[in-house]
Amino acid sequence: MLELIVISTLNGVLFGMLLFLMASGLTVIFSMLGVLNFAHASFYMLGAFFGFQLSRWFGFWPALLVAPLLAGGLGAAVERFGLRQVHKNGHVAELLFTFGLAFVIEELVQIIWGKSPVDFRIPSVLDFPAFTIFSTNYPAYKMFMLLVSIAIFVGLLLVLKKSRVGLIVQAALTHPHMVGHLGHNVGRIFMLVFGVGTALAAVAGVIAGPALVTQSNMAALLGPILFVVVVVGGLGSLPGAFIGSLLIGLVQTFAVSMNGSLEGAFGPLSPTYAQSWLADIWSVTIAQIAPIMPYMLLVLILIFRPMGLLGTRET
Amino acid sequence: MRQWIIAAALLPVLGGVALAQETVKIGYIDPLSGGGASVGEVGFKTFQFLADELNAKGGILGKKVEIVPLDNKTNPQESLIQAQKAIDAGVRYITQGNGSSVAGALTDFVAKYNERNPGKEVLYFNYAAVDPVLTNAKCSFWHFRWDANSDIKMEALTNYMKSASAIKKLYLINQDYSFGESVRSAAKTMLKAKRPDIQIVGDELHPLLKITDFAPYVAKIKASGADSVITGNWGQDFALLLKASADAGLKVNWYTYYAGGTGGPTAIKQANLNHQVFQIAEGIPNLGNPAADTFEKALRAKYDFSLFYPRVVNEMRMFAAAAEKAKSLDPVKVAAALEGMEFDVYDGGKGTMRKDDHQFFQPMYIASFGDRTEKEPFDEEKTGWGWRLAAKIEPEQTMLPTTCKMERPN
Repeated sequence: MLELIVISTLNGVLFGMLLFLMASGLTVIFSMLGVLNFAHASFYMLGAFFGFQLSRWFGFWPALLVAPLLAGGLGAAVERFGLRQVHKNGHVAELLFTFGLAFVIEELVQIIWGKSPVDFRIPSVLDFPAFTIFSTNYPAYKMFMLLVSIAIFVGLLLVLKKSRVGLIVQAALTHPHMVGHLGHNVGRIFMLVFGVGTALAAVAGVIAGPALVTQSNMAALLGPILFVVVVVGGLGSLPGAFIGSLLIGLVQTFAVSMNGSLEGAFGPLSPTYAQSWLADIWSVTIAQIAPIMPYMLLVLILIFRPMGLLGTRET
Repeated sequence: MRQWIIAAALLPVLGGVALAQETVKIGYIDPLSGGGASVGEVGFKTFQFLADELNAKGGILGKKVEIVPLDNKTNPQESLIQAQKAIDAGVRYITQGNGSSVAGALTDFVAKYNERNPGKEVLYFNYAAVDPVLTNAKCSFWHFRWDANSDIKMEALTNYMKSASAIKKLYLINQDYSFGESVRSAAKTMLKAKRPDIQIVGDELHPLLKITDFAPYVAKIKASGADSVITGNWGQDFALLLKASADAGLKVNWYTYYAGGTGGPTAIKQANLNHQVFQIAEGIPNLGNPAADTFEKALRAKYDFSLFYPRVVNEMRMFAAAAEKAKSLDPVKVAAALEGMEFDVYDGGKGTMRKDDHQFFQPMYIASFGDRTEKEPFDEEKTGWGWRLAAKIEPEQTMLPTTCKMERPN
């Protein structure tokens, strides 16, 4: 039992940190531009595919560095030449623009790399068990993923809290118009934030690519969860995104390992109902409903705390 | 200039019409994108290889065989759209295998379509969807299945497990849809009768083809103390499950339906489970049948995969034989010819398409995957490991009764 708890916690935190790499960019972009970027998970996918391609040519480590830069550059270009043009037509147009962009990226990826998974391997330096708890091995690559995401989290925190750029970004989170009035080049900040945000998603893509599966539907698989994270954490709140990510990561992992059901808690259903539709609900286990848990959480949050756990703005 | 463009645009259309009369089109409705793509693609190429084989011998009744790929994304609704699209393009034979949920929707669709369009009937050849219901409660005259259904496979697998006294604690992990459900319930009832001493320590259903990291599930298997696992998982759901087990260092015996699918052998090698993974199938490489060996070599020379679907070979060759027997490519006549037809199957021995339910019965093989002797020439996915026969099950032993009440067209 203890073994299960330790391993599940590790897995949950790891998944949570991956989510955070993406959610942080998404939430900051939302605060500044007021746009929920539907294509955000697509940049995660682009990161994975760029990483795959570059690691073929130059090896994994250069790919880890270059792929996010490429994806970030692409993100910045999307903001500069796409979103900014669409901005004139209001938020709905911007929303639709990112929505369409997600499809375009998915189709492009399918055209270039095909529809089936690509063979993105873990670098051989990291292909060994890092440690053994009880009798379960924990792969070194997963520890590496965890460390990279923690390093980026700390770096992001430092930049935001200690640097001048961070100061402006923080100001723009709560008072975007005021920052503009103070004479900062808001356009460039927007472009920068969009670029960095998408680059972070791409980092998540490069490190998750080999461990999970690199294929053209990976954006669609992760996209919805990402929105749950930012809404639960509170739209526009970085600490909220952090807590939301860890919460979703842990909830999903732990739900899988639980076997409890109504039947287990209250005993078998009385024979009169045993053949009815009630029987299905009665015997379904928590593990079976694990995939929908985040969405249930989303609904509950929207009902009882619409601004999210740490959100301040009613949106 | 303009005329040229119009002419160029029309050319493929006209060409298509001219060709349609000279080809037998088989609509291949299976996942070519998403989580099922890896198996879907292998299936498509296998069908194409067999179409080439038939065409080299002059096609079926002198007509060329063409496989039309249609991506259904492992989704029942999408499959119906693709089926309609195929029929509109002149397809009279559709084939599908991945996902019994899809198969259930397709068999209903085909039955309804044929009822409404007499004279334009369509046949549905099922090469891998193994939910027993398709040849029992939901059986249809228009549906033929070449793969042994899930109950038949479980019957054979549990007969084998009966004598494996090392099994004490068993874990069931399956995909959460009709097929996974039938695997788990058949496993439970059959083991209860054959090995009541086996303790079932886990019974898991997980979402179909959506999970990219099985680590949480593997941690749970580990914690349960199981020594053996039964799984009907296929495609990426099997490969990733084994990959996660390899990462966690889980050492158990696996009793599977589809361990040989894309990525499976690589993951087994990685987990270092030497002859600890068993698979029940209608054929494997290394059985020593000369005709099958020649075919296997030719397939491997052309593609970078081995034959995972001997049932597809049986399906295509039997389709040709049935059309020739009926001297017609009219689906109704072909269906009548297929009923009760005996056939020399790919891996040797005889198979029968049972008339009562359109289920094909054939010799089945339980095999384990691991290092090879000199008599086993074929490895899988360049791992150096290959399949070794553990037990052969004759068709008579797999003849489970059916509840099907077939309605035939007048």
